[in-house]
Amino acid sequence: MLAKRKMSVIGMAVLLSVFAAGCKKKAAPPPPPAVPKPPEVVKETPPAPVIAQFTAEPGSIQRGQSSTLRWEVTGETTNISINQGVGTVQKTGSQRVNPSNSTTYTLTATGPGGTRTSTATVDVSSPPPPVEPPVTKPPVSIETRVGELQDAYFDYDKSDVRSDASDALTKDASALKSILNDFPGSVIVIEGHCDERGSAEYNLGLGDRRASAAKDFLTQLGVPGDRLKTISYGKERPQCTDSNESCWQRNRRAHFAVGQ
Amino acid sequence: MKKLVCFALAFSAAWLALRAQDIRGTVVGTAGQKRRIGIPDFRGSGDAQKFMAVFNQTLWDDIKGAGIVEMVAKTMYPTFVPQQPSDFQTPPSGPPTHSGGHLLTDWSGPPPQLDYMAFGYAGTTNGVFVLSGWFYDARPTVANHEILAKRYTGTSDEAGARKTAHEFAEDIIASLGGKSVFGTHIYFVSSRTGKKEIWVMDPDGKNQRQITHFNSTTIQPTVSPDGSKIAFTSYARGTPGIFIFSVDPIRDLRYYNQNASVNETPAFTPDGKQIVYASSASGRCCRIYIAGLDGKGLRPISNSTAIDVEPKINPKTGSEIVFVSGRSGPQQIYRMNMDGADVERLTPGNGEASNPCWHPSGQQMAFAWTQGYATGNFNIFVMTDLVSHQYVQLTHGEGRNENPSWAPDGVHLVFMSTRSGSKQIWSMLADGSQPQQLTTQGVNESPSWGK
Repeated sequence: MLAKRKMSVIGMAVLLSVFAAGCKKKAAPPPPPAVPKPPEVVKETPPAPVIAQFTAEPGSIQRGQSSTLRWEVTGETTNISINQGVGTVQKTGSQRVNPSNSTTYTLTATGPGGTRTSTATVDVSSPPPPVEPPVTKPPVSIETRVGELQDAYFDYDKSDVRSDASDALTKDASALKSILNDFPGSVIVIEGHCDERGSAEYNLGLGDRRASAAKDFLTQLGVPGDRLKTISYGKERPQCTDSNESCWQRNRRAHFAVGQ
Repeated sequence: MKKLVCFALAFSAAWLALRAQDIRGTVVGTAGQKRRIGIPDFRGSGDAQKFMAVFNQTLWDDIKGAGIVEMVAKTMYPTFVPQQPSDFQTPPSGPPTHSGGHLLTDWSGPPPQLDYMAFGYAGTTNGVFVLSGWFYDARPTVANHEILAKRYTGTSDEAGARKTAHEFAEDIIASLGGKSVFGTHIYFVSSRTGKKEIWVMDPDGKNQRQITHFNSTTIQPTVSPDGSKIAFTSYARGTPGIFIFSVDPIRDLRYYNQNASVNETPAFTPDGKQIVYASSASGRCCRIYIAGLDGKGLRPISNSTAIDVEPKINPKTGSEIVFVSGRSGPQQIYRMNMDGADVERLTPGNGEASNPCWHPSGQQMAFAWTQGYATGNFNIFVMTDLVSHQYVQLTHGEGRNENPSWAPDGVHLVFMSTRSGSKQIWSMLADGSQPQQLTTQGVNESPSWGK
């Protein structure tokens, strides 16, 4: 049984070698190579490169985030570059960028056939303010904002609103509306003050009239009257004590304070 | 023109002088020259000795302060000073002689020429200061010289000596037809604690003590006719509002304020059962209101569109009110009936007038006025006749002078003056003489003199 298998292996080898020799001998010669056609117009410029793709993804980012530029240029090129500091690039590629402001990138592909450009823009927006506990960064206090309101000044023994007081109170009115809106439940006190000259008793009445005149003016401009209170200090709380017109005028006023 | 002005000035000066005499005559009941009084130093025995300086000074100041007699200087007295009636010798018959103080005529004759004299001595018995005092009418024309002979006792210290001096002086002044201010009280505003509070003191400025402790701005004290209560204005609850306190003991009687941005300048009615005051309750400040001591039953009296403040009811008639108003321009003093009718302006309209205060007689009115001075420079005036509107001027530009208030005796006035450089309380006689500073600490103002 063993002798019979040996016999068939040898026989296959012989047969194979005969075939191999016979194939080699019978191979046909290859055809002559095709002669390439000469270019019809030798001077004609080659086609310009084609910018198949130039994108920025995503196109809008917040400051601190990044965007990816992708591009693909076909055709014969000698140089491909992207401005804004990216520099020379390959025909196909991508580049991560993180501009701090909105930036337009320009890809310039130059080849024997000419130059092509394409742009991609990354819009950069400011990030939202970080959420921090109010303790570390308090908002502007109502005292500060009320302290910025302008006093209304008056003539001696008068409670009519003068033109300069009218201007001041008109500005105060819009500020007051904003303050009362930002601080629900707050109440603003309008203090009436007088200079040192009239009697203290009479001046308590005069100061009340000055505060009321200022309040009436403000409510006519739409400031809610139920959020305004008046108090007269007469000449009990002067802000200066000199006996001259400059100081007297400073004391003849309606002044704002935060209610308790 | 210049001549005319000079003449007018001279004429008004003469007229003012005339009026000044009138007011003295009206108030005290004696016209013309003041009687002359001598008070030689009293001596003390034993423990009483060391308190005699205080005693003699207090007696002298009280009699002088009463303002109804002329004090004859001690340098004009004879050398011998009697201490009791038996020290006087019986005058010898024959022509008048001088015996160095042993005769009453030594005192009634020149140089002292006394109409009256007080003398006496003090001693200490069982720890009690005992003063024996005599008051004599020294004039040779009277039959009985002795007006007063009395013993006074006090604790054996300076306070006791001061007490007996006050009481003796009170009797002397009463015997001369005057009223002593001893035992009366002056309420006032002081800022010496840093905040304006109500304080009280004796008429000589002694015994100053704090009444309120609001730690706010507390002003405008006024005392009730019987002296048992005070009303005032305070910011203690926010806007200016009225308070009524009893004074002995000091207690808040809980006046209920009507809802208003201003309730101020309270004053008691003559019966002490109501107050009149100024309020913005009906709109613009202020109308004159009247209300009970609990704040109930209030009703408006005045009805103007101007500032009406400082109502004061005539203490004698109870039927008219003087008050301050800006209805005709600068603040002036007006009067009206208790129902608000018959309004009449009392001050002529020039300058600014304030602080009306009725004389106890109900016939005159002290007030502050800037007439003749720059705006704000008030002086004390007295309107001596509310029908003719005649007036006299008591202060003359010695700083600002405001807030006059009559003493119950009708002879003295207390007021605020800046003449010492800051606002302080002063007293003076009704003719403007004998100004005396009563306070020194902090700012002091708005005195109200009551029982």
